[in-house]
Amino acid sequence: MAKPKVAFYWCARCGGCEESVVDLAEGVLKVVEAVDIVFWPVALDFKRSDVEAMADGEIAVAFINGAIRNSEQEAMAKLLRKKAGLVIAYGACAYQGGIPGLANLTDKEAILQYVYQQSPSTSNGNGTRPQPHLKVPEGDLELPEFYEAVKTLDQVIDVDYYLPGCPPTAKITFQAIEAILSGKLPEKGAVLAGDRALCYECDLNSTKPEKLLVTDLKRPHQVIIDREKCLLAQGILCLGPVTRGGCEAQCVKGGMPCTGCFGPLGRVRDYGGKALSAIASIVDSTDEKVVAKVFEALPDPAGTFYRYSVPASLLAGKRKAA
Amino acid sequence: MSNNFNPSIVGFFCNWCTYLAADLAGTSRMKYAPNVRVVRTMCSGRVDPQMILWAFRHGADGVLIGGCHPGDCHYQEGNYKALRRSKLLRKMLPQFGIEPERLRLEWISASEGERLRDVVNEFTAEIRHLGPLHKKQAAPQMAVAA
Ligand code: SF4
Ligand code: SF4
Ligand code: FES
Repeated sequence: MAKPKVAFYWCARCGGCEESVVDLAEGVLKVVEAVDIVFWPVALDFKRSDVEAMADGEIAVAFINGAIRNSEQEAMAKLLRKKAGLVIAYGACAYQGGIPGLANLTDKEAILQYVYQQSPSTSNGNGTRPQPHLKVPEGDLELPEFYEAVKTLDQVIDVDYYLPGCPPTAKITFQAIEAILSGKLPEKGAVLAGDRALCYECDLNSTKPEKLLVTDLKRPHQVIIDREKCLLAQGILCLGPVTRGGCEAQCVKGGMPCTGCFGPLGRVRDYGGKALSAIASIVDSTDEKVVAKVFEALPDPAGTFYRYSVPASLLAGKRKAA
Repeated sequence: MSNNFNPSIVGFFCNWCTYLAADLAGTSRMKYAPNVRVVRTMCSGRVDPQMILWAFRHGADGVLIGGCHPGDCHYQEGNYKALRRSKLLRKMLPQFGIEPERLRLEWISASEGERLRDVVNEFTAEIRHLGPLHKKQAAPQMAVAA
Protein backbone atom coordinates (compact mmCIF):
# COMPACT_ATOMS: atom_id res chain seq x y z
CA MET A 1 0.00 0.00 0.00
CA ALA A 2 1.28 3.45 -0.86
CA LYS A 3 2.34 5.53 2.10
CA PRO A 4 0.11 8.50 2.93
CA LYS A 5 1.46 11.75 1.55
CA VAL A 6 2.14 14.53 4.00
CA ALA A 7 2.91 18.22 3.45
CA PHE A 8 4.22 20.85 5.85
CA TYR A 9 3.92 24.54 5.15
CA TRP A 10 4.70 27.79 6.95
CA CYS A 11 2.88 31.10 6.80
CA ALA A 12 3.44 34.10 9.16
CA ARG A 13 5.54 32.41 11.83
CA CYS A 14 8.89 32.46 13.63
CA GLY A 15 10.16 29.05 12.53
CA GLY A 16 9.65 27.48 15.95
CA CYS A 17 6.94 25.18 14.63
CA GLU A 18 9.32 23.84 12.01
CA GLU A 19 11.86 23.41 14.75
CA SER A 20 9.34 21.48 16.80
CA VAL A 21 8.92 18.97 13.98
CA VAL A 22 12.69 18.53 13.85
CA ASP A 23 12.58 18.21 17.67
CA LEU A 24 10.65 15.00 17.28
CA ALA A 25 14.25 13.74 17.09
CA GLU A 26 14.63 10.00 16.42
CA GLY A 27 10.88 9.78 16.62
CA VAL A 28 10.69 11.69 13.38
CA LEU A 29 12.30 8.72 11.62
CA LYS A 30 9.37 6.54 12.54
CA VAL A 31 7.10 9.13 11.05
CA VAL A 32 9.23 9.47 7.94
CA GLU A 33 9.06 5.70 7.52
CA ALA A 34 5.32 5.67 7.75
CA VAL A 35 4.61 8.58 5.45
CA ASP A 36 5.83 10.15 2.27
CA ILE A 37 6.72 13.82 2.78
CA VAL A 38 5.90 15.50 -0.51
CA PHE A 39 6.31 19.16 0.44
CA TRP A 40 8.28 20.84 3.23
CA PRO A 41 9.98 24.09 2.22
CA VAL A 42 12.21 24.32 5.29
CA ALA A 43 13.82 20.93 4.67
CA LEU A 44 13.09 19.56 1.21
CA ASP A 45 13.43 21.04 -2.21
CA PHE A 46 9.93 20.65 -3.58
CA LYS A 47 8.31 23.62 -5.25
CA ARG A 48 4.87 25.07 -5.37
CA SER A 49 4.56 23.77 -8.92
CA ASP A 50 5.06 20.23 -7.58
CA VAL A 51 2.05 20.72 -5.37
CA GLU A 52 0.05 22.28 -8.19
CA ALA A 53 0.77 19.22 -10.32
CA MET A 54 -0.83 16.89 -7.78
CA ALA A 55 -4.40 15.66 -8.01
CA ASP A 56 -6.98 17.18 -5.69
CA GLY A 57 -7.01 15.33 -2.39
CA GLU A 58 -3.81 13.48 -3.25
CA ILE A 59 -2.05 14.67 -0.10
CA ALA A 60 -3.43 12.84 2.92
CA VAL A 61 -2.68 15.59 5.40
CA ALA A 62 -1.21 19.08 5.30
CA PHE A 63 0.21 20.62 8.47
CA ILE A 64 0.12 24.39 8.10
CA ASN A 65 1.78 26.59 10.67
CA GLY A 66 1.78 30.38 10.90
CA ALA A 67 -0.91 33.00 10.60
CA ILE A 68 -2.12 34.62 7.36
CA ARG A 69 -0.43 37.97 6.91
CA ASN A 70 -0.22 38.28 3.13
CA SER A 71 -1.79 37.14 -0.11
CA GLU A 72 0.85 34.53 -0.89
CA GLN A 73 0.17 32.73 2.37
CA GLU A 74 -3.54 32.75 1.67
CA ALA A 75 -2.98 31.39 -1.84
CA MET A 76 -0.73 28.60 -0.55
CA ALA A 77 -3.23 27.71 2.17
CA LYS A 78 -5.97 27.50 -0.46
CA LEU A 79 -3.81 25.39 -2.74
CA LEU A 80 -2.99 22.95 0.05
CA ARG A 81 -6.64 22.83 1.08
CA LYS A 82 -7.51 21.69 -2.41
CA LYS A 83 -4.79 19.08 -2.57
CA ALA A 84 -5.11 17.67 0.95
CA GLY A 85 -7.73 15.46 2.53
CA LEU A 86 -7.02 16.84 5.98
CA VAL A 87 -5.68 20.24 6.95
CA ILE A 88 -4.24 20.67 10.42
CA ALA A 89 -3.66 24.14 11.82
CA TYR A 90 -0.33 23.53 13.49
CA GLY A 91 0.62 25.80 16.36
CA ALA A 92 -0.74 28.92 18.03
CA CYS A 93 -0.35 31.22 15.00
CA ALA A 94 -2.34 29.09 12.58
CA TYR A 95 -4.84 28.29 15.31
CA GLN A 96 -5.50 31.69 16.94
CA GLY A 97 -3.16 34.16 15.24
CA GLY A 98 -0.26 33.83 17.65
CA ILE A 99 2.45 36.41 18.17
CA PRO A 100 2.19 37.82 14.62
CA GLY A 101 -1.48 38.44 15.40
CA LEU A 102 -0.52 41.07 17.96
CA ALA A 103 0.03 43.30 14.92
CA ASN A 104 -3.76 43.64 14.79
CA LEU A 105 -3.49 45.99 17.76
CA THR A 106 -1.95 48.49 15.38
CA ASP A 107 -2.57 48.93 11.64
CA LYS A 108 -0.90 48.34 8.34
CA GLU A 109 0.05 51.95 7.73
CA ALA A 110 1.66 52.29 11.17
CA ILE A 111 3.64 49.09 10.60
CA LEU A 112 4.90 50.17 7.17
CA GLN A 113 5.71 53.64 8.49
CA TYR A 114 7.78 52.23 11.28
CA VAL A 115 9.55 49.52 9.34
CA TYR A 116 10.32 51.54 6.20
CA GLN A 117 10.72 55.01 7.69
CA GLN A 118 10.96 55.49 11.42
CA SER A 119 12.94 52.62 12.85
CA PRO A 120 16.38 53.79 14.03
CA SER A 121 18.24 51.46 11.71
CA THR A 122 16.34 52.53 8.59
CA SER A 123 17.79 54.86 6.02
CA ASN A 124 15.20 55.41 3.34
CA GLY A 125 15.38 59.04 2.21
CA ASN A 126 13.00 58.57 -0.70
CA GLY A 127 10.40 56.86 1.46
CA THR A 128 10.45 53.82 -0.81
CA ARG A 129 7.80 51.25 0.04
CA PRO A 130 7.40 47.74 -1.30
CA GLN A 131 4.82 47.63 -4.10
CA PRO A 132 2.70 44.62 -5.06
CA HIS A 133 3.52 45.26 -8.73
CA LEU A 134 6.51 46.85 -10.41
CA LYS A 135 7.48 47.10 -14.04
CA VAL A 136 11.18 46.95 -14.79
CA PRO A 137 12.92 46.49 -18.14
CA GLU A 138 13.38 42.81 -17.36
CA GLY A 139 9.66 42.30 -16.88
CA ASP A 140 6.88 42.59 -14.30
CA LEU A 141 7.79 42.01 -10.67
CA GLU A 142 5.30 40.96 -8.07
CA LEU A 143 5.29 40.91 -4.30
CA PRO A 144 2.58 39.42 -2.10
CA GLU A 145 0.07 41.93 -0.81
CA PHE A 146 0.55 42.79 2.85
CA TYR A 147 -2.92 42.58 4.40
CA GLU A 148 -4.62 45.13 6.64
CA ALA A 149 -4.86 42.54 9.38
CA VAL A 150 -3.52 39.16 10.39
CA LYS A 151 -5.94 36.25 10.08
CA THR A 152 -6.08 32.80 11.54
CA LEU A 153 -5.86 29.87 9.15
CA ASP A 154 -9.54 29.04 9.56
CA GLN A 155 -10.46 32.58 8.59
CA VAL A 156 -9.23 31.82 5.06
CA ILE A 157 -9.75 28.06 4.61
CA ASP A 158 -11.67 25.21 6.18
CA VAL A 159 -9.55 23.55 8.87
CA ASP A 160 -10.07 19.98 10.04
CA TYR A 161 -8.08 19.92 13.28
CA TYR A 162 -5.99 22.19 15.45
CA LEU A 163 -2.75 21.51 17.25
CA PRO A 164 -2.24 24.21 19.86
CA GLY A 165 1.00 25.50 21.33
CA CYS A 166 3.81 27.91 20.66
CA PRO A 167 5.01 25.51 19.38
CA PRO A 168 3.05 22.27 19.84
CA THR A 169 4.94 19.80 22.00
CA ALA A 170 6.45 16.63 20.58
CA LYS A 171 3.98 14.62 22.62
CA ILE A 172 0.80 16.11 21.20
CA THR A 173 2.29 16.12 17.71
CA PHE A 174 3.03 12.39 17.95
CA GLN A 175 -0.41 11.71 19.33
CA ALA A 176 -1.94 13.60 16.43
CA ILE A 177 0.15 11.77 13.84
CA GLU A 178 -0.74 8.43 15.42
CA ALA A 179 -4.41 9.33 15.43
CA ILE A 180 -4.22 10.28 11.77
CA LEU A 181 -2.31 7.17 10.73
CA SER A 182 -4.69 4.90 12.61
CA GLY A 183 -7.76 6.79 11.45
CA LYS A 184 -8.86 7.33 15.06
CA LEU A 185 -9.66 10.98 14.82
CA PRO A 186 -12.18 12.86 16.92
CA GLU A 187 -14.96 14.98 15.50
CA LYS A 188 -13.93 17.50 12.89
CA GLY A 189 -12.88 20.85 14.29
CA ALA A 190 -11.41 19.38 17.45
CA VAL A 191 -8.32 20.75 19.14
CA LEU A 192 -5.96 17.79 19.44
CA ALA A 193 -4.99 18.20 23.10
CA GLY A 194 -6.92 17.60 26.30
CA ASP A 195 -9.90 19.66 27.36
CA ARG A 196 -8.90 20.27 30.95
CA ALA A 197 -7.25 23.36 32.33
CA LEU A 198 -3.48 23.35 32.50
CA CYS A 199 -3.53 23.52 36.32
CA TYR A 200 -4.65 19.88 36.40
CA GLU A 201 -1.33 18.78 34.98
CA CYS A 202 0.80 21.22 36.95
CA ASP A 203 2.96 19.85 39.78
CA LEU A 204 2.16 22.93 41.84
CA ASN A 205 -1.60 22.54 41.67
CA SER A 206 -1.71 20.91 45.12
CA THR A 207 -0.30 24.12 46.58
CA LYS A 208 -2.98 26.27 44.97
CA PRO A 209 -5.44 27.38 47.64
CA GLU A 210 -9.10 26.46 47.23
CA LYS A 211 -10.08 30.11 47.20
CA LEU A 212 -7.24 31.85 45.48
CA LEU A 213 -6.98 35.57 46.22
CA VAL A 214 -4.13 37.95 45.57
CA THR A 215 -3.47 41.42 46.86
CA ASP A 216 -0.86 42.28 44.35
CA LEU A 217 0.19 41.16 40.86
CA LYS A 218 3.81 40.71 39.96
CA ARG A 219 5.71 40.13 36.78
CA PRO A 220 8.30 37.34 36.80
CA HIS A 221 11.33 39.64 36.68
CA GLN A 222 10.18 41.54 39.76
CA VAL A 223 10.34 38.70 42.24
CA ILE A 224 12.32 35.70 43.27
CA ILE A 225 9.94 32.93 42.39
CA ASP A 226 9.24 30.23 44.94
CA ARG A 227 9.43 27.13 42.76
CA GLU A 228 7.48 25.03 45.24
CA LYS A 229 4.32 27.10 45.32
CA CYS A 230 1.59 27.81 42.77
CA LEU A 231 2.79 30.86 40.86
CA LEU A 232 -0.59 32.50 40.74
CA ALA A 233 -0.92 32.18 44.51
CA GLN A 234 2.32 34.16 44.67
CA GLY A 235 0.69 36.90 42.62
CA ILE A 236 2.62 35.99 39.49
CA LEU A 237 0.37 36.17 36.49
CA CYS A 238 0.01 32.51 35.52
CA LEU A 239 -2.77 31.78 33.04
CA GLY A 240 -2.91 28.06 33.80
CA PRO A 241 -6.49 28.14 35.11
CA VAL A 242 -7.89 29.33 31.76
CA THR A 243 -5.48 27.60 29.39
CA ARG A 244 -5.99 24.24 27.72
CA GLY A 245 -3.73 21.58 29.13
CA GLY A 246 -1.53 19.33 27.03
CA CYS A 247 1.97 20.74 27.52
CA GLU A 248 2.31 19.30 31.05
CA ALA A 249 2.97 22.80 32.39
CA GLN A 250 6.41 22.98 30.89
CA CYS A 251 6.80 26.72 31.47
CA VAL A 252 5.95 26.36 35.16
CA LYS A 253 8.43 23.50 35.38
CA GLY A 254 11.00 25.89 33.98
CA GLY A 255 10.11 28.53 36.55
CA MET A 256 7.98 30.74 34.31
CA PRO A 257 4.24 31.39 34.43
CA CYS A 258 1.96 30.12 31.69
CA THR A 259 1.22 32.82 29.11
CA GLY A 260 -1.54 30.84 27.46
CA CYS A 261 -0.07 29.45 24.24
CA PHE A 262 -2.35 26.40 24.21
CA GLY A 263 -5.33 28.71 23.95
CA PRO A 264 -8.83 28.46 25.37
CA LEU A 265 -10.73 25.50 26.71
CA GLY A 266 -13.49 24.05 24.57
CA ARG A 267 -16.40 26.10 25.80
CA VAL A 268 -14.61 29.43 25.74
CA ARG A 269 -15.14 31.68 22.72
CA ASP A 270 -12.64 34.40 23.58
CA TYR A 271 -9.49 33.43 25.42
CA GLY A 272 -8.47 36.91 26.50
CA GLY A 273 -11.91 37.80 27.82
CA LYS A 274 -11.86 34.67 29.92
CA ALA A 275 -8.31 35.27 31.14
CA LEU A 276 -9.06 38.89 32.02
CA SER A 277 -12.13 37.75 33.91
CA ALA A 278 -10.21 35.13 35.87
CA ILE A 279 -7.48 37.51 36.92
CA ALA A 280 -9.88 40.33 37.81
CA SER A 281 -11.89 37.89 39.90
CA ILE A 282 -9.05 36.88 42.20
CA VAL A 283 -7.91 40.36 43.15
CA ASP A 284 -8.71 40.64 46.83
CA SER A 285 -10.11 44.12 47.15
CA THR A 286 -13.45 45.87 46.97
CA ASP A 287 -11.91 49.30 46.90
CA GLU A 288 -11.79 50.93 43.49
CA LYS A 289 -8.53 52.75 44.16
CA VAL A 290 -6.75 49.68 45.45
CA VAL A 291 -7.98 47.68 42.46
CA ALA A 292 -6.68 50.33 40.06
CA LYS A 293 -3.35 50.21 41.83
CA VAL A 294 -3.13 46.42 41.52
CA PHE A 295 -3.89 46.69 37.80
CA GLU A 296 -0.93 49.02 37.37
CA ALA A 297 1.06 45.79 37.16
CA LEU A 298 -0.78 45.18 33.88
CA PRO A 299 0.35 48.00 31.59
CA ASP A 300 -0.60 46.01 28.49
CA PRO A 301 -3.75 43.99 29.19
CA ALA A 302 -4.44 43.16 25.52
CA GLY A 303 -0.92 41.86 25.01
CA THR A 304 -1.06 39.94 28.26
CA PHE A 305 -4.41 38.26 27.85
CA TYR A 306 -4.44 37.91 24.06
CA ARG A 307 -0.77 37.21 23.52
CA TYR A 308 -1.57 34.37 21.12
CA SER A 309 -5.13 35.11 20.08
CA VAL A 310 -5.91 38.64 18.91
CA PRO A 311 -7.08 37.61 15.40
CA ALA A 312 -9.31 34.86 16.82
CA SER A 313 -10.77 37.14 19.49
CA LEU A 314 -14.23 38.67 19.41
CA LEU A 315 -12.81 42.09 18.64
CA ALA A 316 -10.16 40.62 16.27
CA GLY A 317 -8.04 43.74 16.44
CA LYS A 318 -8.08 47.48 16.66
CA ARG A 319 -11.20 49.15 15.28
CA LYS A 320 -10.82 51.78 12.65
CA ALA A 321 -12.51 55.03 13.56
CA ALA A 322 -16.11 54.78 12.35
CA MET B 1 -24.05 63.89 12.11
CA SER B 2 -23.83 62.56 15.63
CA ASN B 3 -27.08 64.32 16.60
CA ASN B 4 -29.33 62.06 14.57
CA PHE B 5 -27.25 59.02 15.42
CA ASN B 6 -29.33 56.55 17.39
CA PRO B 7 -26.96 54.48 19.49
CA SER B 8 -27.51 50.80 20.19
CA ILE B 9 -26.80 50.13 23.82
CA VAL B 10 -26.87 46.77 25.53
CA GLY B 11 -27.80 46.84 29.20
CA PHE B 12 -26.97 43.93 31.47
CA PHE B 13 -29.21 44.52 34.47
CA CYS B 14 -29.09 42.56 37.69
CA ASN B 15 -32.30 40.75 38.52
CA TRP B 16 -32.38 41.99 42.10
CA CYS B 17 -31.85 45.70 41.66
CA THR B 18 -31.31 47.49 38.36
CA TYR B 19 -33.80 45.30 36.51
CA LEU B 20 -36.41 46.09 39.16
CA ALA B 21 -35.50 49.76 38.93
CA ALA B 22 -36.22 49.57 35.20
CA ASP B 23 -39.53 47.92 36.03
CA LEU B 24 -40.33 50.68 38.48
CA ALA B 25 -39.43 53.34 35.94
CA GLY B 26 -41.81 51.64 33.54
CA THR B 27 -44.74 51.29 35.92
CA SER B 28 -44.20 54.89 37.03
CA ARG B 29 -44.47 55.86 33.36
CA MET B 30 -41.18 57.69 33.34
CA LYS B 31 -40.00 58.73 29.92
CA TYR B 32 -36.42 58.05 28.96
CA ALA B 33 -34.20 57.23 26.02
CA PRO B 34 -35.29 53.99 24.30
CA ASN B 35 -31.78 53.01 23.25
CA VAL B 36 -30.96 50.39 25.85
CA ARG B 37 -31.78 46.76 25.03
CA VAL B 38 -31.94 45.11 28.40
CA VAL B 39 -30.61 41.66 29.18
CA ARG B 40 -31.57 40.44 32.63
CA THR B 41 -28.82 38.63 34.49
CA MET B 42 -28.96 37.10 37.95
CA CYS B 43 -26.14 39.30 39.18
CA SER B 44 -23.74 41.85 37.72
CA GLY B 45 -21.06 39.31 38.61
CA ARG B 46 -22.64 36.96 36.08
CA VAL B 47 -21.67 39.26 33.23
CA ASP B 48 -18.72 37.47 31.68
CA PRO B 49 -16.43 39.92 29.86
CA GLN B 50 -17.00 37.75 26.79
CA MET B 51 -20.64 38.90 26.82
CA ILE B 52 -19.52 42.52 26.76
CA LEU B 53 -17.02 41.89 23.97
CA TRP B 54 -19.68 39.95 22.09
CA ALA B 55 -22.02 42.95 22.31
CA PHE B 56 -19.33 45.28 21.01
CA ARG B 57 -18.52 42.92 18.18
CA HIS B 58 -22.12 42.50 17.12
CA GLY B 59 -23.22 46.09 16.92
CA ALA B 60 -23.40 47.69 20.36
CA ASP B 61 -22.13 51.26 20.58
CA GLY B 62 -22.16 51.11 24.35
CA VAL B 63 -22.64 48.61 27.16
CA LEU B 64 -24.25 49.50 30.49
CA ILE B 65 -24.01 47.14 33.43
CA GLY B 66 -26.34 47.72 36.36
CA GLY B 67 -25.76 46.06 39.70
CA CYS B 68 -26.65 46.28 43.37
CA HIS B 69 -24.96 48.89 45.55
CA PRO B 70 -21.75 47.83 47.33
CA GLY B 71 -22.68 45.59 50.23
CA ASP B 72 -26.10 44.80 48.74
CA CYS B 73 -25.28 42.11 46.18
CA HIS B 74 -27.61 39.17 46.56
CA TYR B 75 -24.61 36.88 46.11
CA GLN B 76 -22.43 39.04 48.34
CA GLU B 77 -19.43 39.67 46.09
CA GLY B 78 -20.69 39.55 42.53
CA ASN B 79 -20.83 43.29 42.12
CA TYR B 80 -17.23 43.66 43.28
CA LYS B 81 -16.20 41.14 40.65
CA ALA B 82 -18.10 43.19 38.10
CA LEU B 83 -16.29 46.28 39.34
CA ARG B 84 -12.84 44.73 38.93
CA ARG B 85 -13.63 43.25 35.54
CA SER B 86 -15.01 46.45 34.14
CA LYS B 87 -12.02 48.39 35.47
CA LEU B 88 -9.65 46.06 33.69
CA LEU B 89 -11.77 45.96 30.56
CA ARG B 90 -11.89 49.74 30.45
CA LYS B 91 -8.13 49.74 30.62
CA MET B 92 -7.92 47.29 27.74
CA LEU B 93 -10.63 48.53 25.37
CA PRO B 94 -8.59 51.46 24.01
CA GLN B 95 -6.00 48.96 22.79
CA PHE B 96 -8.76 47.68 20.51
CA GLY B 97 -9.71 51.20 19.46
CA ILE B 98 -12.78 51.37 21.70
CA GLU B 99 -13.21 54.35 24.04
CA PRO B 100 -13.42 53.20 27.67
CA GLU B 101 -16.48 55.44 28.16
CA ARG B 102 -18.47 53.03 26.03
CA LEU B 103 -18.51 50.62 28.96
CA ARG B 104 -20.20 51.80 32.10
CA LEU B 105 -20.99 50.15 35.41
CA GLU B 106 -23.58 51.68 37.73
CA TRP B 107 -25.09 50.69 41.04
CA ILE B 108 -28.86 51.18 40.87
CA SER B 109 -31.13 49.70 43.53
CA ALA B 110 -34.67 48.44 43.04
CA SER B 111 -36.17 51.66 44.39
CA GLU B 112 -34.09 53.99 42.22
CA GLY B 113 -36.31 54.29 39.17
CA GLU B 114 -35.43 57.91 38.70
CA ARG B 115 -31.77 57.22 38.92
CA LEU B 116 -32.15 54.54 36.28
CA ARG B 117 -33.88 57.05 34.02
CA ASP B 118 -31.11 59.61 34.56
CA VAL B 119 -28.29 57.12 34.02
CA VAL B 120 -29.82 55.78 30.81
CA ASN B 121 -30.42 59.30 29.49
CA GLU B 122 -26.97 60.43 30.40
CA PHE B 123 -25.23 57.37 28.99
CA THR B 124 -27.24 57.55 25.77
CA ALA B 125 -26.25 61.19 25.38
CA GLU B 126 -22.62 60.35 26.01
CA ILE B 127 -22.59 57.55 23.44
CA ARG B 128 -24.41 59.78 20.96
CA HIS B 129 -21.66 62.31 21.49
CA LEU B 130 -18.96 59.67 20.97
CA GLY B 131 -20.62 58.57 17.74
CA PRO B 132 -21.08 55.14 16.24
CA LEU B 133 -18.58 52.40 16.99
CA HIS B 134 -19.39 50.50 13.85
CA LYS B 135 -18.77 51.68 10.35
CA LYS B 136 -21.96 50.24 8.93
CA GLN B 137 -24.09 52.71 10.78
CA ALA B 138 -22.04 55.66 9.69
CA ALA B 139 -22.17 54.81 6.02
CA PRO B 140 -25.84 55.47 5.23
CA GLN B 141 -25.69 58.76 7.11
CA MET B 142 -22.71 59.82 5.05
CA ALA B 143 -24.56 58.83 1.93
CA VAL B 144 -27.44 61.10 2.94
CA ALA B 145 -25.06 63.97 3.51
CA ALA B 146 -23.40 63.51 0.11
S1 SF4 C 1 -1.92 28.71 38.25
FE1 SF4 C 1 -0.02 28.16 37.17
S2 SF4 C 1 1.41 27.54 38.80
FE2 SF4 C 1 -0.65 27.53 39.72
S3 SF4 C 1 -1.36 25.43 39.45
FE3 SF4 C 1 -2.09 26.55 37.66
S4 SF4 C 1 -0.53 26.25 36.08
FE4 SF4 C 1 0.39 25.67 38.08
S1 SF4 D 1 2.79 26.46 30.19
FE1 SF4 D 1 1.34 27.75 29.04
S2 SF4 D 1 2.64 29.09 27.76
FE2 SF4 D 1 3.93 27.36 28.50
S3 SF4 D 1 3.81 25.81 26.84
FE3 SF4 D 1 2.20 25.31 28.34
S4 SF4 D 1 0.37 26.36 27.56
FE4 SF4 D 1 2.12 27.27 26.52
S1 FES E 1 -27.22 40.40 42.87
FE1 FES E 1 -27.28 42.43 42.07
S2 FES E 1 -25.17 42.74 41.64
FE2 FES E 1 -25.12 40.74 42.53
